[in-house]
Amino acid sequence: MRAPILKVEALSVQFRIDVAERSFRHEYRRLRAVDRVSFELGAGETLGVVGESGCGKSTLARAILGLVRPSAGRVIWLGENLVGMSEEQLRSKRRELQMVFQDPFGSLDPRMTVGQIVGEPLRNFYPSMSSLQVRERVAGMLKLVGLSPEQINRYPHEFSGGQCQRIGIARALVVNPRLVVCDEPVSALDVSVQAQIVNLLKDLQKKLQLSLIFIAHDLSVVRHVSDRVLVMYLGRVMEVADREAIYDRPAHPYTRALIESVPIPDPVAERARARRSLGGELPSASDPPSGCVFRTRCPWAIEACAATEPPLETLDDGRQVACLRRAEIKAGAPRALGEKS
Amino acid sequence: MALLEVRDLTVSFDTPDGVVHAVNGLSFDLDPGQTLGIVGESGSGKTQTAMAMMGLLSENGRATGSVKFRGQQLLGLSLGEMSRIRGSKISMIFQDPISSLNPYLSIGEQLIEVLTHHRNLKRREARTRATEMLLQVGISEPEQRMRQFSHQLSGGMCQRIMIAMGLLCQPDLLIADEPTTALDVTVQSQINSLMGELSEQSSTAILLITHDLGVVAGLCDKVLVMYAGEVMEMAPVDELFADPAHPYTLGLLNSVPRLDREHSGILRAIRGNPPDLVDLPPGCPFRDRCDFAFEACIEHPPLEAIGEERYKRCFLERRPVTEDHN
Repeated sequence: MRAPILKVEALSVQFRIDVAERSFRHEYRRLRAVDRVSFELGAGETLGVVGESGCGKSTLARAILGLVRPSAGRVIWLGENLVGMSEEQLRSKRRELQMVFQDPFGSLDPRMTVGQIVGEPLRNFYPSMSSLQVRERVAGMLKLVGLSPEQINRYPHEFSGGQCQRIGIARALVVNPRLVVCDEPVSALDVSVQAQIVNLLKDLQKKLQLSLIFIAHDLSVVRHVSDRVLVMYLGRVMEVADREAIYDRPAHPYTRALIESVPIPDPVAERARARRSLGGELPSASDPPSGCVFRTRCPWAIEACAATEPPLETLDDGRQVACLRRAEIKAGAPRALGEKS
Repeated sequence: MALLEVRDLTVSFDTPDGVVHAVNGLSFDLDPGQTLGIVGESGSGKTQTAMAMMGLLSENGRATGSVKFRGQQLLGLSLGEMSRIRGSKISMIFQDPISSLNPYLSIGEQLIEVLTHHRNLKRREARTRATEMLLQVGISEPEQRMRQFSHQLSGGMCQRIMIAMGLLCQPDLLIADEPTTALDVTVQSQINSLMGELSEQSSTAILLITHDLGVVAGLCDKVLVMYAGEVMEMAPVDELFADPAHPYTLGLLNSVPRLDREHSGILRAIRGNPPDLVDLPPGCPFRDRCDFAFEACIEHPPLEAIGEERYKRCFLERRPVTEDHN
């Protein structure tokens, strides 16, 4: 891995949720949305974050950017810990850390023109820029993301979903960030347009030397864009590894289950697959299982899994896995991809 | 005789911006026990096709053509006649399982109602039958679930309940509109295996509407590819994936990254955006985005048979092939 620009160390985010409706006493429970997550991100690298809804992917992203306050842990950005910084100090960092959101329409103000939307971060971070400079920079940005600079005075409703996502990307990139967190950037788009946006992101990353955190539930897209992949379940890291290691030799039973669940657009391959879908459902994050949080759905679970929380251990190939039985589970190709059971 | 015979179905909507032509002359057959997938992007007319068949178009919508179910014309049926068919002979499940259930009634109440209404069962018999059905779709502790309300259950659980509800009267046809799109992959896989098992065990035909080619590959016997309200291609599932005849089908297949393939470089996206349904350009609706378009495409191509159960709407004589077809 290239020299890390971001180090996340044992980051936790807790939410308080009210549970008492029956009494006047205020009762609440703690919900650990993100639980001691650690990883590093290199310059120019893409880290894919996958997991089911409610696993804490988005909260992790927001905690890194300081949009929710972590309850513990550190976020080291270029040597400086962002956790505990004042709002003003954070503001100055936010230029370097930008975000692209899931909902292409909802994340744009319908009453602002494209020029105003993409120009706003510039006016925020560079108040001394003249209107002409802002306009020129915005026009250049629009061109870069594949829109026409003539569209600068149009409003979001005049654009399609894919074009709105291009606008959102232009807004994130206009201040020259070094890290862009993309939270499900293509999941609201049609497949043909999805491919356009994925290509655009990869292209811009190369041109601008960006680091990306790419959060998605679509494992096929994540395989396409990521250098490394982090698998989360109920707020915890199950496995982090290079793309090939994750997809060709997944070590954690949850990673395997996820990969085996994805349908493959090829009827012959689909029939040949031994489909073994994961039973059960995601437990409540406010009342996670003891020991390994995945054990209630894990086909490999034994008694020890309920008693001991598996530590995230680094293996020889650099992969990190949190599973007590990882040595017994042969890190071979998952059934999903060819091998019949 | 085909279970469902759709001929020349058109659906249009009057809107302040003009008339939206959602479905334009759609024809297809569905045999008993068969699973037909309708794929296409948003706005291609997949959902409105199903809504028109079920008499569920919104007030500004109009359907013309013919939809025959076991020989009976469905278009133009009165509300009363239609509601005897809906839920009894044809049922439908929707994309958003939680809001498809009534939040004020317990799950049990909603299931029992289907049977007392359509099958004139006594409440007690209905309750037993509903409990059995919940077990069949893989819900544990069905008695407890029957007492619960939709907000207390997860999306995957609600979709199972919708499927159970859809199958209570052993319908001849189940229409599933993006049944797993809102669900996580692990739950999607559970629901898809459930639907696969059900179609094998019963003679229920399934009309599966989806944008996910992977789901189609796993579940369908035959596939209809829609674009701008028209059939672009129709084929048995293996042939469609192995040998796509329409450039749009090829474009769809190329634009999705495959989990089982190592990729590098760029995806072959389809350029541009789907056309405006208020102001459809003349000629082939896909022409502006098509890599194979030529002079002839200014005319509107007819749907022609190119093999057994294979149809395409394209002037191109040869197969569209890109040098690196996945």
